[in-house]
Amino acid sequence: MKQRKLSRRSFLATGARIGMTGLSLSASSLLLQGFDFGDLGSTLQQATKLADSATKSFNAVSKALEDITPEQEYYIGRTIGAIVLSKYKPYEQKASNRYLNLLGQSLARFSDLPELFDGYHFQILDSTEINAFATPSGMVFVTRGMLHCCAHEDALAAVLAHEIGHVQLKHGLQSIEKDRITKATSILAIEGTKNFAKSDIANLTSTFEDSINDITSSMINNGYSRSFENEADAAAVTLLKRVGYDPAGLIDMLQIMNKKLKPGGLDFAKTHPSPESRIESLKKLVSGAGAQAPQVAQQRRFETALKEV
Amino acid sequence: MGELLTVQVRDCQIRTKPSFLGAVLATVHYGDRLSSVQTKDSWVKVSFSGAKQGWIHISALTDKEIVLHPSARQVSQSASSDELALAGKGFNKQVEEQFRQQNSQISFTWVDKIETYHVSQKEIGQFLEAGDLKPAGGAA
Repeated sequence: MKQRKLSRRSFLATGARIGMTGLSLSASSLLLQGFDFGDLGSTLQQATKLADSATKSFNAVSKALEDITPEQEYYIGRTIGAIVLSKYKPYEQKASNRYLNLLGQSLARFSDLPELFDGYHFQILDSTEINAFATPSGMVFVTRGMLHCCAHEDALAAVLAHEIGHVQLKHGLQSIEKDRITKATSILAIEGTKNFAKSDIANLTSTFEDSINDITSSMINNGYSRSFENEADAAAVTLLKRVGYDPAGLIDMLQIMNKKLKPGGLDFAKTHPSPESRIESLKKLVSGAGAQAPQVAQQRRFETALKEV
Repeated sequence: MGELLTVQVRDCQIRTKPSFLGAVLATVHYGDRLSSVQTKDSWVKVSFSGAKQGWIHISALTDKEIVLHPSARQVSQSASSDELALAGKGFNKQVEEQFRQQNSQISFTWVDKIETYHVSQKEIGQFLEAGDLKPAGGAA
């Protein structure tokens, strides 16, 4: 079947599922056009009409996100990265960040969304709080506290794969109120240039600030919905299996996190579903309670890179 | 077949096979137009530089035309068109600059630094091999 739209929006997890149904139904409606099928035909046409309207409403929802090009995602993500780094200090040690990027960028290449405007980048934050964030542009932050929940490379790969999942599923962008996107994308450059008029730039910057606030308030302050977290966990399991990591590493990490999290804490405890409930959901996707013994070379490089963290 | 597609990321590679482990044939840039020959899963076979062909991941491409330096006519067309997009529309560098002027307490120094972290194709290959990882999608 020929894919009509090649935009990245077709990779939205839910979008891809609904979108595919939509595509096959649209194809059947095209076939029906211009033919007289009698009673059977009219029943079919009616059914197709219903399916088409479902496709249309899906398209209307995804249309707003589709208007955000990778270039715009990049500028949104840069500012969110800067806000994260105004709240957390970067951990500057080169070897550990280098290792994090080798692991993260290797994983990202096998994700459903490997190509971003400026690619994926990974950075450790100098905080004992247990947390991790990903900007819509693919800048992934992991705290030292989160690294302490990882006993091996399979577990750390799981943390990064979960964050890549949030990027690939556009969870950050979905936090933006839809009318802001419409407002932003309807303001166009001055004819013949790539620049905006002064009044337009003021409007656009204020919409930009509002959009950034929408994202940071769910990403940093309140956390995503439980269903977004479960979707990111499921995307992580798929990615880990694809690359060859043991997805049970995610369960290992959650078990350590469960012991370390302080009830009522302001970090992961506040913004994520409990590790126990995530483990419960993961059991449907992962066989075995924990990862196999880690591969020797993997364990050596993991310990060497993170020994001072 | 033969559909024209546009590169929607800053730059990306055309490879010998539909996998990130495939050898790099060429690098293409934002706004470049490529003609599709065939698709396989999430990969598109494109023709480039005349008779050459290679594979590029679908997430790097859009079926819209991206206009880097639009004419007056293209600007007005883009408002109602699903086929045309202007580079730099909506949130762009100019908007970031304005935001930074208004929020001078937020520093972008580290964001710029983190964006310089690059890992090469060769380094990824070595990392996977040393870790005994064999991703689905084939070896190099």
